[in-house]
Amino acid sequence: MIELDGLTKRFGNKVAVDHLSCRVRPGMVTGFLGPNGAGKSTTMRMMLDLDNPTSGTVRIDGRHYRDLQEPLKHIGALLDAKSMHGGRSAYNNLLCLAQSNSIPASRVSHVLDTVGLSAVAKKKSKGFSLGMGQRLGIAAALLGDPEILMFDEPVNGLDPEGIHWIRNLMKTLAAEGRTIFVSSHLMSEMALTADHLIVIGQGKLLADTSMADFIHKNSRSFVRMRSPEQERLRDLLHAEGVVAVEAGNGTLEIDGEEPERLGELAGRHGIVLHELSAQRASLEEAFMQMTAGSVEYHAHSDRDGAPPPQAGPQWGEQWNQQRPGDTAGDRTTGV
Amino acid sequence: MTMPPPPPQAYQAPPQQQGRGAPAGRYASPIPVRTPGLGDAIASEWTKIRSVRSTMWTLGVMIVLLLGIGLLVAFVVSLSDAPAEDVPVLTLGFFGVLLSSICVITLGVLTIASEYGTGMIRTTLTACPSRARMLIAKSVVFFLLAFTITTVTTGVVGVLQTAMLDGATPDTGLWVRSTVGIGLYVATLGLLSLAVGTIVRHSAGAITIMIAVVLLPLVLAIFMFSPSLASVQEALFEWSIPNQIGAIYDVSMTSSGPTGWEPLWALLGVTAVTMGAAFLALDRRDV
Repeated sequence: MIELDGLTKRFGNKVAVDHLSCRVRPGMVTGFLGPNGAGKSTTMRMMLDLDNPTSGTVRIDGRHYRDLQEPLKHIGALLDAKSMHGGRSAYNNLLCLAQSNSIPASRVSHVLDTVGLSAVAKKKSKGFSLGMGQRLGIAAALLGDPEILMFDEPVNGLDPEGIHWIRNLMKTLAAEGRTIFVSSHLMSEMALTADHLIVIGQGKLLADTSMADFIHKNSRSFVRMRSPEQERLRDLLHAEGVVAVEAGNGTLEIDGEEPERLGELAGRHGIVLHELSAQRASLEEAFMQMTAGSVEYHAHSDRDGAPPPQAGPQWGEQWNQQRPGDTAGDRTTGV
Repeated sequence: MTMPPPPPQAYQAPPQQQGRGAPAGRYASPIPVRTPGLGDAIASEWTKIRSVRSTMWTLGVMIVLLLGIGLLVAFVVSLSDAPAEDVPVLTLGFFGVLLSSICVITLGVLTIASEYGTGMIRTTLTACPSRARMLIAKSVVFFLLAFTITTVTTGVVGVLQTAMLDGATPDTGLWVRSTVGIGLYVATLGLLSLAVGTIVRHSAGAITIMIAVVLLPLVLAIFMFSPSLASVQEALFEWSIPNQIGAIYDVSMTSSGPTGWEPLWALLGVTAVTMGAAFLALDRRDV
């Protein structure tokens, strides 16, 4: 369990992290989401006591990081792949970490085996590819067999196989009852791995919600209609009590209606349609709106402020079924 | 650890039981817990210092310089016609020590500054959040290594020099000072470099500063011709590091100034203050 309480970090005039309070719960993958520069890495560095908070506290299992006697057995962290001495072999890089926490040296070979680097254990780590460096960082995080694991943008620069491996690794570790805290700026990546979401923008907490809830609230589905007789169509819809919102380019967006009904309605009144399609706002879009909203707060209030009338629970289920799959792309486009 | 064997094939997606219906039990590691202490940190730092090339290079070059210059000087002296009794044999080690101190300075700086250069410092401090413990462990490992190498090598050079030249038999005090004393002095100079490296956090910058500290006072003093600067010039001559090393050997440019063990006490004082500043910087600053 990691608890953040009013965590704030200022660099000169710039507020990198602004009164962040949340907790990271055990037994699940918590996604830490925010655009680049939102303060994710700074927050993680403060969790590890690398940066001093301007105010506020972080507690790991109820204690300040500096008071942890054997920190690697509580929390393992992958900050970035370049946190090792390149002139030292992979084995020695991990050995000196193990020794400082009185972890038996046999663990070093074990974790190298776990991440698939046994064959290059004696090689200098500066010759490693980005993916191998990432694996070495993960091996370091796993060294103390910790209850909490923290990964900062772990899939950056990895090939699809590596990404797949990390996703499954995180799920397996969480299923063992560990606390997994993983940062990303990609919503699609989080949708595949995270059970819980903490979203920040400009250092402020924007959302602290379960993944299912986030999807439920944010996957707005609507019908798009385009017609050369737009005025008539609008009047007709109005008369039928259907709320249509002008969306530019001569299109109308209608929430909470089936495309079948709208098509039949237009047909009965002889209105020509150039487009009639069911649309779904992607999670990526919802995320972008949410974080853009941290600049101008009210800009997004009409979108996700009020609960969408007909946000389908089928979306959450669909997501669960799709989870083992790898394609994040098909849900970011309209149906 | 209950994780399955190696990836990437190993990590099959687990049954869909994680998430909100996740197991309530917290993960408990089967690894035995033993609270680590300073000894573990020292073991860790020893692994670090012995597993990088720069240690071998700096110490290797240092041994070569000490032996090479020491024997070369002894050889040149043995060719001269000067009466043998007048040659203070052990003081001939001075030249090698002055040059090899640059190697120790480099190693001292690199011991900490290379961690900042590579980003290793973040991993190090994540594993050992106590800044004091980390700094002490680094200092102990570096100091013992530098002291041992310097003392042993200067000892060997001294024995070879006295064998090559049949000058006056050096007294025990000079023997101790020219081996253990020089070892302590040079290792302390390296420790000062380590402290400066901690404050500056940049290898090239810290090495430049330390070389300036060693050479600049002497060079400045040489060019102080103005009589009104005479007292400054004298102080710079007396307390310049080459003259301090000379004083340990009983050869000094000046008639006044530190003698015997005094240079060591002075350097220890300066190093202690700088190390205190280094600890404060390490403790307060963001990594």
